[in-house]
Amino acid sequence: MDQKTKAYAGTFLIAAVLAVAPFAVGGAFGNTWVRVLDYAALYIILALGLNIVVGFAGLLDLGYIAFYAVGAYLYALLASPHFGLHWPAWAILPLGACVAGLFGVLLGAPTLRLRGDYLAIVTLGFGEIIRIFMNNLNAPINITNGPKGIARIDAISIAGQPLSKAIEIAGLKIPGVYLYYYLFVVLALGIVFVSIRLQDSRIGRAWVAIREDEIAAKACGIDTRNVKLLAFAMGASFGGVAGGLFAGFQEFVSPESFGLMESVMVLCMVVLGGMGHIPGVILGGLLLTVLPEAFRHGAGPAQQALFGKVLLDPESLRMLLFGIALIAVMLYRPAGLWPDARHRREMAEKKS
Amino acid sequence: MSALLEARGVGKKFGGVQALKDVTLTINAGEIYGLIGPNGAGKTTFFNVLTGLYTRDGGEVLFAGSPLRLGSPHEVTRAGIARTFQNIRLFGNMTARENVMVGRHARTGAGVLGAVFRSAAARAEEAAIRRRADELLHYVGIADRGDDLARHLSYGDQRRLEIARALATEPKLLALDEPAAGMNATETAALRVLVEGLRADGVTVLLIEHDVKLVMGLCDRVAVLDYGEKIAEDVPAAVQKNPKVIEAYLGGSVA
Ligand SMILES: Nc1ncnc2c1ncn2[C@@H]1O[C@H](COP(=O)(O)OP(=O)(O)O)[C@@H](O)[C@H]1O
Ligand SMILES: [Mg+2]
Repeated sequence: MDQKTKAYAGTFLIAAVLAVAPFAVGGAFGNTWVRVLDYAALYIILALGLNIVVGFAGLLDLGYIAFYAVGAYLYALLASPHFGLHWPAWAILPLGACVAGLFGVLLGAPTLRLRGDYLAIVTLGFGEIIRIFMNNLNAPINITNGPKGIARIDAISIAGQPLSKAIEIAGLKIPGVYLYYYLFVVLALGIVFVSIRLQDSRIGRAWVAIREDEIAAKACGIDTRNVKLLAFAMGASFGGVAGGLFAGFQEFVSPESFGLMESVMVLCMVVLGGMGHIPGVILGGLLLTVLPEAFRHGAGPAQQALFGKVLLDPESLRMLLFGIALIAVMLYRPAGLWPDARHRREMAEKKS
Repeated sequence: MSALLEARGVGKKFGGVQALKDVTLTINAGEIYGLIGPNGAGKTTFFNVLTGLYTRDGGEVLFAGSPLRLGSPHEVTRAGIARTFQNIRLFGNMTARENVMVGRHARTGAGVLGAVFRSAAARAEEAAIRRRADELLHYVGIADRGDDLARHLSYGDQRRLEIARALATEPKLLALDEPAAGMNATETAALRVLVEGLRADGVTVLLIEHDVKLVMGLCDRVAVLDYGEKIAEDVPAAVQKNPKVIEAYLGGSVA
């Protein structure tokens, strides 16, 4: 087989696997697990967005979830009884990308001179500020409905068909979670495409240059301020899209969903998978969505079978194992599970 | 001969250290202008002020007739001044070719849309960037190292790569900070040929160098800095005989 045939065969294989995955997973484990796959696709979109900021441009952002929140609340406000607005998803999602991108620039601008730990601390603060705003913007004018969140959000509809309702094609009943799965996977593939194209471009090179040596990058004529802001904006807009999808999918949003833990989770997906390496980030997103769920469902029954009773609360056990796994990966694979060559070299360099 | 760069009364202070004091000098288009002086004389600081890395305390810099703005290195590069660094600053984990391609940033314009949709114009620009990078690698004599990581190149090749990257920005003035430092005799001789070639191709060169022989052989005019002050500026033969210069060198660096 020559290179081209191989590429086509590979693409076809991936497409086939992605297409039958919900049926296979749903058939074998039930639709709860298809829902988990839906979340995995959402998180992959989020992680790919953060990857632009952290992986490509090398800017440690701990407040990334704020853009997810902005996208989610925008959708919630424009498509729910809260304000009586019912905009269609195809209008809100691009708007969400733009508004989140704008927030990316707003949050990015004051932090441009900072790097590393300092940048992390400031962005962490920004992330919390957004969440606190969501929590408190219910008085004097009720905008976000405060801690109670916004409910009865319109499901995402395509051609008048809400994805939350099952459809029947040629006698085959396709439940809503499957429909969402296909939408999210298609969008995730779109984001993968954009990421790959960006990485291999003048802009992508400029990001790597800034990560490698900011002063030399400036001397090459790169306007580091604008190029960094661009990274923040691009990453944030991906987050905004993911947020909008999340709101339409859950049909409910509240500030709780956008805490620091969520930011850390998404960062872990990027770092564990392999910073800057798109396949690695996808792997990270998938593993960190599916494995914790598996623990949650499996840990209780497993203990029951082994010890006759549940010794450790599955939720705490999950966090414990998660922590151990993180430490193990950082010790044995510091560049991530599936790093690209450049980052592996950078990590090796730092070690030596 | 027309003046390409005019520095007038440039000063720079670091806390109590007056690194540059009222430095005035003129670099003519097409010449190789040497800047020498004992260690700590302020040569690198002058480069950093010139290229916008440091903000100057006083004075002004005219380049090609218009004043250079303070504190914006990328604008200085766009205006036509490129530089190399005394302690080499390459993008170590990028290949040699990619390093030079980054140097094309200032002269190209593809943005996010161009990157994502790969329009005909964007594709053509990207191909031109790559082609130019290969030409420049060839020009500085490391055409065969294009796919190697910058940090895997030999010391001399790294210096050459930095020059190629600087040339990629299409400078009118190329400022080299001790390019021969750490080079052996063969590498230095090759460097000399390279810099002479640059002059022949119409690039004006500002050269900081410790290797007095190289400076004297290569430069059209030389300025000498001592404790941040310009103490001489003349053709090499005259500078060499200047008692102030001899004093500065003998009195300054015993080591
Ligand atoms: N960033 C800086 N901060 C403080 N002092 C500096 C800095 N850069 C240079 N200096 C001081 O300025 C003086 C000139 O240094 P430099 O320009 O590097 O000299 P040269 O390149 O001629 O050897 C030295 O005394 C040096 O210690
Ligand atoms: Mg120096």
